[in-house]
Amino acid sequence: MSLVRLEGVTRTIPLPDAPPLTILTGVDLEVNAGDHISIVGRSGSGKSTLLNILGLLDAPTTGRILLGDTDVSTLSSAARDRARGRDIGFIFQQFNLLSGRSALENVMTPLLYASGRQFWRRSAIAAEMLDRVGLGHRLSTMPEKLSGGEQQRVAIARALVRSPRIILADEPTGALDVETGETVMGLLDEVARTAGSALVTITHDPHVAALAERHYRLDRGVLITTGAGAEVSA
Amino acid sequence: MRNAATGFVGAVVEAWAELRIHRTRVLLSLVGVAVAVCAITSVVGLGAVAEQAQREFSERGGGRPATLTISSFAPDTGMPAPYAETRDAYAEALDRYGVTYSSTVLYTGIRAQFPDGVRDVSLTVVDADYGTMHRVPVEQGRWFADADAARLAPALVVNEAFLVALGGVELAANPTVSLVGAQDTTAVVTGVVPDNYPEEGPTAYILLDAYERVAGPEEVALGQPSLEAWVPPEISDELSERLRTDIASALGDGVEVSVNRNDFAAFGEDPFLPIKLLVGGVAALVLLLGALGLVNISLVTVRQRIREIGVRRSFGATTGRVFFAVLMESVVATMAAGVVGVLAAVAIVKSPFVTDALGQGVVDLPPFPLDAAILGLAASLFVGALAGLLPAIVAVRVKVIDAIRY
Ligand SMILES: Nc1ncnc2c1ncn2[C@@H]1O[C@H](COP(=O)(O)OP(=O)(O)OP(=O)(O)O)[C@@H](O)[C@H]1O
Ligand SMILES: [Mg+2]
Repeated sequence: MSLVRLEGVTRTIPLPDAPPLTILTGVDLEVNAGDHISIVGRSGSGKSTLLNILGLLDAPTTGRILLGDTDVSTLSSAARDRARGRDIGFIFQQFNLLSGRSALENVMTPLLYASGRQFWRRSAIAAEMLDRVGLGHRLSTMPEKLSGGEQQRVAIARALVRSPRIILADEPTGALDVETGETVMGLLDEVARTAGSALVTITHDPHVAALAERHYRLDRGVLITTGAGAEVSA
Repeated sequence: MRNAATGFVGAVVEAWAELRIHRTRVLLSLVGVAVAVCAITSVVGLGAVAEQAQREFSERGGGRPATLTISSFAPDTGMPAPYAETRDAYAEALDRYGVTYSSTVLYTGIRAQFPDGVRDVSLTVVDADYGTMHRVPVEQGRWFADADAARLAPALVVNEAFLVALGGVELAANPTVSLVGAQDTTAVVTGVVPDNYPEEGPTAYILLDAYERVAGPEEVALGQPSLEAWVPPEISDELSERLRTDIASALGDGVEVSVNRNDFAAFGEDPFLPIKLLVGGVAALVLLLGALGLVNISLVTVRQRIREIGVRRSFGATTGRVFFAVLMESVVATMAAGVVGVLAAVAIVKSPFVTDALGQGVVDLPPFPLDAAILGLAASLFVGALAGLLPAIVAVRVKVIDAIRY
């Protein structure tokens, strides 16, 4: 059974004085446990829109999203939010760390929306996660004081701290120089594998895409598979 | 409900962290809230102290509820009957209804020899029960006992001013004073009460029998003493009527008898109500202004936090949770201010300065009233919820995908 499946997903946006803008047409995509998927595409091709739909942040105009075997449109908005918190972790191009909060507090944030052990032991869990990304010594540092690569590592720790089944990364290396980008991406790929989480990465960078096993291209709203396996990773 | 607990605690944790970040701005707007809560709480707390003072003061004057004052006079002859006779008639009637506490009351004056000359002293002529009936606050020595009536040298319970006029002598030295009356008598001071108000002149209580010996029975009769009886409030109306008819028939034709209730409880009405309303109203206004400042700040910060709210939503915060957390920011802040305000109010109300001024001579100084503290906290909770509502609504309407787009 797949973790998330998109079936015939279309996304159009009504415009005031023009015909509606079509961003996605007939997208089918299946994310299985432990998958590493890369999606490339030109700017404006709808990559972020697709990722937002996968992450239950946006709803398709037509078509279905299945989370496990539940049709997401049957869930209440609160249930959708909770499912997102439990199963999905986001990594953004601009890191989107909360300013004024230490690295530890940032990583603790998702655990605030958990319950039970994850909630009450959030500080210890977050500290351990930061240690896993090599920032165990920077717990109380504010994001503003961290380098770009360190900030993205904090964001990786935050995305993984609830052990989600899927991690969605929207151009995670887009704001980093090439070398740092590769290190960070290598780390993300590795921690995701250790945690057994599926990873969907949007990227412009062929090296980043090469780390994945299934490769897609988004072209004018249409998702095309460009191959699977290790042949690109060379 | 494990989830409800973590949800609540989580929202408070988020709110607290948010407040910490904006502490300077928040603190400034909270000063107003704290001041207002302090004012409201103080007013209610001071009201309680003042009321107790007023109550004790009234009881000292008018007696405890219900105190009936019995008096009689003969309008035709104009000649007062000897008080001993009238009093027997009163006593007999009171006995019939099982009334145990009663006391003669006669306000008069007497001349007394002080070291610096002869001075007028206001004298209250009473029976021993008067002390209990009026909660007379004896601070040194003791109030009269029945046996004091038989003393050769009459006993006096005097106020502090009296003792000062005697040259500041100690009560332990058994000070005596010479009373100038029908015949000069040396009286012994056996008890001291506080002055009723600053700069009060010398006053004294004396037992009826002793006074009769000093001034003579005619003087007593001319003073037209009345008799006070302490009766259960529930039956005071009915009893007054019965006593009136019984005594009237005992004293015979031509004598008019009146029985009135005159303790403070008979009048009702809170004399401090206008002041309470005024200060309470001003405080409510200040509280609202403080809340307005808080609304302003939280609205501004919520706008700056749209991206942050989007990030939180993408990590699983429900709209309900976002609403509650933003609301809690104001509530946690005003509650903190409220606690400070209430503590300040307690400090004010309990400060020696205030208790001296307001609770002067109060015997049973009440503890800080719990209602006042609860009212103060409730007011801050209410204001916090009110101030947090608008930003919380703004926060809930944040569109996640717009918020996290760069
Ligand atoms: N809410 C919206 N209103 C109007 N147009 C929108 C909206 N959301 C997306 N679009 C348009 O849809 C297209 C796809 O947007 P999207 O952000 O998915 O592109 P993208 O592939 O992520 O691009 P980039 O690589 O630059 O991030 C863009 O042309 C964008 O302007
Ligand atoms: Mg994009």
